[in-house]
Order: sequence, then structure tokens, then C-alpha cells
Amino acid sequence: MKEVISANQAVSYAVLAAKAQVIAAYPITPQSSIVEMLSGFCATGALKAKFINVESEHSAMAACISASAMGARTFTATSSQGLALMHELLHYASGLRLPIVMANVNRALASPFNLKADLSDSLSQRDTGWLQFYCESGQEVFDTIIQSYRISEKLLLPVMVNLEGFILSHTYEIVDLPEQSQIDLFLPPAPARECLDVDNPCMFGSTTDYYINFRYKMHQDMEKAKTLCNEVDAEFKKVFGRGYDLFSSYLCEDADLILVTAGTIAGTCRVVADHCRAKGMKVGVLRIRMFRPFPEKQICEPLRKAKKVVVIDRDFSPGCGGIFAQEVKAALQGFDSRMPVYEFIAGLGGKDVTDKDIERIIEQTHNSENPGESTWIGLLR
Amino acid sequence: MKKRYSLKSLDTLPITAISFITTEGNETGEWRSQRPILDPEKCNRCGICWMYCPDNAIHAEGGAFQISYTYCKGCGICAKECPRGAILIEKEER
Amino acid sequence: MDRPAQIKFPIPEEELLYSGHTACPGCGAALAMKYVLKGLGPRTIIVIPPSCAGTIAAGFPFSSLKVPVLRIPFESTAITASGIRAALDVMGKEDIHVLAWAGDGGTFDIGLQALSGSAERNDNIIYVCYDNEGYMNTGIQRSSSTPTGAWTTTTPAPYVKDTPKKDIVRIMAAHNIPYIATASIGYPADLIRKVKKAKEMGGTKFILIFSPCPTGWRYSPEMTIRLAKLATETGIFPLYEIENGEKYTLSSKRSEKPLRDYLALQGRFRNLTEENLRRLEERVEKEREYLKRLAG
Repeated sequence: MKEVISANQAVSYAVLAAKAQVIAAYPITPQSSIVEMLSGFCATGALKAKFINVESEHSAMAACISASAMGARTFTATSSQGLALMHELLHYASGLRLPIVMANVNRALASPFNLKADLSDSLSQRDTGWLQFYCESGQEVFDTIIQSYRISEKLLLPVMVNLEGFILSHTYEIVDLPEQSQIDLFLPPAPARECLDVDNPCMFGSTTDYYINFRYKMHQDMEKAKTLCNEVDAEFKKVFGRGYDLFSSYLCEDADLILVTAGTIAGTCRVVADHCRAKGMKVGVLRIRMFRPFPEKQICEPLRKAKKVVVIDRDFSPGCGGIFAQEVKAALQGFDSRMPVYEFIAGLGGKDVTDKDIERIIEQTHNSENPGESTWIGLLR
Repeated sequence: MKKRYSLKSLDTLPITAISFITTEGNETGEWRSQRPILDPEKCNRCGICWMYCPDNAIHAEGGAFQISYTYCKGCGICAKECPRGAILIEKEER
Repeated sequence: MDRPAQIKFPIPEEELLYSGHTACPGCGAALAMKYVLKGLGPRTIIVIPPSCAGTIAAGFPFSSLKVPVLRIPFESTAITASGIRAALDVMGKEDIHVLAWAGDGGTFDIGLQALSGSAERNDNIIYVCYDNEGYMNTGIQRSSSTPTGAWTTTTPAPYVKDTPKKDIVRIMAAHNIPYIATASIGYPADLIRKVKKAKEMGGTKFILIFSPCPTGWRYSPEMTIRLAKLATETGIFPLYEIENGEKYTLSSKRSEKPLRDYLALQGRFRNLTEENLRRLEERVEKEREYLKRLAG
């Protein structure tokens, strides 16, 4: 059934449809309406879950960890500061190999304070062993959360679904909410796994010098994740009629210049790409959807055919540059180390990235022979 | 604790650090520099030494309490708390 | 000499703590764990943060506990217990006890926020704090539970701890949870009685267990039980229960033994000044009067 809802509402509806069992959450702008709606579902019994009103995000993730270790399907949502506060526990969750799904509404990290869209919060957590998806629509958010429960419960790794603060979280789009029976078919109750069990007692998470072996097992399973995510997406497409792949590619087959980005900036890029094509410039757009594990081989296929690659980062790693740019350059290194990668930083702290900005990016790239330093869009003169 | 796993190879390890063997194989009696000796004649089987042993190294067997030297760390609590003075401490000969 | 015909077990027989664990000889924390598990039985799930208890529980692939254990982050003892209870509730499993197990560091300091959160929500957990008055697992650093005048590695002599022990029991009482008790390894039967009482109740139950530490307090290990008893006899660790934040019941009696008797046996108080001794004695008196008034 099609509804006009915000992406935050789409998150809540997805968690309802997924029949989460334990939700532990703490408010933070721009995520709060997710947990408000979920607390309503739990209070009325629409969702038969325990809702724990925790006293911090650190505790929110801790509760998800222990509930998940009991075998329950869990959920939490957060943003920037809250995600940063959870950092220690993100490692814990993946290290314990727990299937947890979390929605992160991307927001800039303080200081200074900024409540708006910026991907640095989740990208700062890229080493924590969580899978990461970046969505560009309310529909994709809903669908990805459903897929994520399947993926995390098969892989035994937690999944973070990212959506930009305010741009997605608070804007209303048409989202098709499938019938519960369809969801139930696609997403059955979690398969049995090693859990805390009084009839079969053991200890989870002790100290060990076998540490490197457990990390390797995580590495092996992260590698399997790429195939698994594709399989789950393909099945999703069969059942619901729409799929997303690990990345989306628009007009890349014959492109001279490919814009690489994540999230909603991709939408603006596609509009500009159409204008460019009309003027005879062969521009393509590649939106990276799955960031962890990073789909190196998969994105290099379309990228290596281009003459120039442009990465637009709505994030920034001080002392290093755009994070997507780093990862793309590293991926290309294995395939075509001569490919020029032009780096742009834009949209930090929710600064609007307009079609004019993208046109400027394309023009600058077109006119320069070498990438040079990264360019920052939207600064004061 | 069911033994489902082994340390032989990557494949026989659990997915994370899930302990599957008890500590009973760890003979903490090796730590001792002194040992308690229980005199069965003086013992009135009140169970106080058994109760206060942090290592559960005192067991009831055949109607009497026995000290397990496999695990006894020689802390001396049993000797100190015995109301009959039935436990004496001696130097551990190594 | 008359000998009883039967062997006696002053407390429940079943052991849920295996031998072979690596607690120090004479460890009070190991005794606390032994007794509480006897009180709760095998249908118990326990969460343990980094602590002496964590070390005692052993490293992979071993475990010294006969119950399921989740090793959890330092700050999160109370909330992880709450998360387990939430999962049990949603799965319809009611007959399992959830035991949050932390030391004084993990309770009075880093774990206080989570504990206050769980207590405010009145989550159905039993929270046991075994109190050895310092961060012993990391090498005897001071915690807010360390008493006035004590040496620790972070309050080195003569700059020993000059602030009083944090009154965690009053903090918990202010949350009006159904049950709070102080207990001691010196009195195992009383400890187990309190554990059994707690397990029959819903809501948040908090038990503080006095657990002397030979390594950290600098005394010979065989004195662990003597010291535990002396602490109660001299009044520095009185035993009592609080129900619903209001009803106080004393479980230990005042004795005539001076506080010096207890302090003199411990190397950590070797640098005790007269001033600090006076402060400790004053606090003991104040607490005695306060409890007497409240217990009616």
C-alpha cells in the first residue's frame, strides 16, 4: 500500500514489519521521531516488542547486545553524537557476532554543533565491523531495513542503515508499504544460533589470545557479505519488484566522466548528468549504496571505462580528505592506478548541494588535466 | 557445558570467544606455598571449612570432609575458621 | 568428644562455581560469587564486566561458572541485565533469574549511570555489587568505594584517600526500588537468605556484598573471613535491608569492638592519621544513629 511518509516513518514501519522484539532507544535530533513512533507501536501492542527507554545511547546499544545474545531480534536508532557515544559498543556487537540492525540518521558531529546532514558520523565508524548501507529515498530505507535483518541474521554481523538527516528523515515521499504476509515470507523469524541458554550454559566474550583467529573469521564473513547482499537483494526484487544492488549506476556505460557519491546528492547528480548529456558531455553517476564491506571489484568495473572519476564526499576525515574518495582511490589502485580521481568535499553540516554546485564540479574537472588537491564547495570567499 | 568445539583449527573454533571447557583442568594446587592438614579425629563435620573455601577445594566424601590438594591454593581460611582447630597449616614441600 | 552422626552443610550444597578458577588465594570476591549462585541456582544468566569477577570467570576456551555468562562492557552491567530480561519477557521465559554482577568500580563509578537507569525503570534484575573497595583487577587503584585513609596505587602514601566512601546504598534507596540489602561473605547464611528473598521479588533488587581482598588491602589471606566479620562487628559495614526505599531492617548487631581492631589488621591503613581515624569513627557513629532511627 502506498503512503506519503517521511524516511523516519519508513524506518519505524520497517521495524514494525520486521517484528523486532527488543528496542532500546534514546532520543537525538533528527532521529527522535523514529523512536517516538516505535514507542507508540509498542505501547499499543501493534508491535509485540519490549521498548526500553534507556538513559543514553551507550546503554541503547548495550541493551541491544545483550538482548541479541539471548536470541531476540533487536533494533535501535541514533545519529552523530549518539553514534559516537556507542562507538565502543559497535566493536563489541560485531565482535560478539550479533545480528543487530540500527538506523543511523546522518548528522554532523560536534564541535561546533550542527544538526544537519553529514556522513562523517557513520563513516567514522567504518572500522567497527558493521555493514553499512547509504540510502537515497524513503522507499530504499524501508526496503534496506527489511533486507538487513535477513543479512545480519545469516551473516551474524550487525548492519547500519544510513539516511541523511532532514533531507531524507524529515521529507515526505511516496513509499510502498508491502503486505505483512509478503514481508513474513521474505523475512521469517531469526534462524537458531548460539545463544545464552540455561540448559546449555557457556560464556560469551571472554579474554583470548585466539583473538586474531576470530578477527579472521569476521574478515571471511565480511567477504561473503558482498555475495550474500546481492542474493538477498535479488530475492527481494523477486518478491517485491524492486532491488538496489550494492551500488547504482546511471549512464556509466559510455561515460567519459563519472560522478561517484552516496546518499541524496546522487539524485541531484543524475539531473545534472541529463543536462550534460543534452549538451554532448558524456557524464555518468555511480551511487555507492553498500560502503562496508566496500564493493571494490564491483564499482571498478564501470569506473575503469571512464576517463575521469569524480568523488563527491559529504564527509571529511581531517588530515586525509574525503572518505569515499580514499576508498575509491584504493579500489582503483588494484585495477587502474592511472585513473585520475578528482576529489570534492561538499554539503558538510547539511549545506545544500545544488545542481549549480554539481555543474561547477563537472566544469572544473573537465577543465583540469590533473586532479590536484581536493576542492571544497560552498565556502565563504 | 557441552563440548561442541575444539581449538584444532579455524573451522572447529566457535564464531567468537564462546567458552566451552570448565576450569576444572586447571590445577591451582600448584600455587601453594603452604598446605592445610585436616585431622579427622578433631573434625566434628560442622562444614564451616567447606563453606568458607573460595576454591571449593573441600569436599564431602564418605561421611567426612576432605581437602583436594589438586585445587587448594593454601590460603589458610579453613584453618583460621575451624572452630575445633582441626586444620593445621604446614609448609608445602616442593 | 561427641561427633555428629551426619555431615553438615550450613548452606545449600550445589556448587555453581568450578574449582580451578584463578582468583587470588583467600579471595572475597570468589566467595561472594559462590554464595550468590548458591542462592539463585542454575536457572540464572549472569552478566560480568571487566573486573576481578571477569578474570575469575576465566579466559577462552574456559569458564569457571556453571551458568550462562555474557562478558559485557565496563559501563553497562545494569543495562545489559535489563536487555536480557527484556528478551526473556518477550520470549515468554519467566523462571530465569537475571544477575548483574559488578565490583565497586563498575558500580559506584563507571557503571552508576546505567545502574540508576535500570533502577529508575525498575527493571526486573538482581544487581549484586561485590565491594572490595578499589579497582583490584587492574592493580589496586582507588575507586569511590575506597574508604578514607586507605592506600591504593593511585592514592599513594602519604597522600592516601581523603574523601569518604561513596554511600551507594543511600543513592539506591533514593530510587525507591523494591529491595536493597547489604551483606557480607563473613555471614554466608544471611547473604544467601537475602539473595533468596530478592529472587522472589519483581523489580530491581540491589545487594552490596562486603568482599575483603588480601592482595589490595594488604593482609594475610587466611584473615579474609575474620576481617569481613570485624567490619560488621565494628560497625563500618553494617548489615541491613531496605524495602521500597522506606522500611529498614537491621540484620547485624552492634558490638563493642573498636574500629581500630579492624583497621590495624590491614596494611592499606598503615598510614592512617589520627585525623582520618577520627573521620572514619565519626562516620560509623553517624551511620549507626541514622540506621537506628530509620529501623525504628
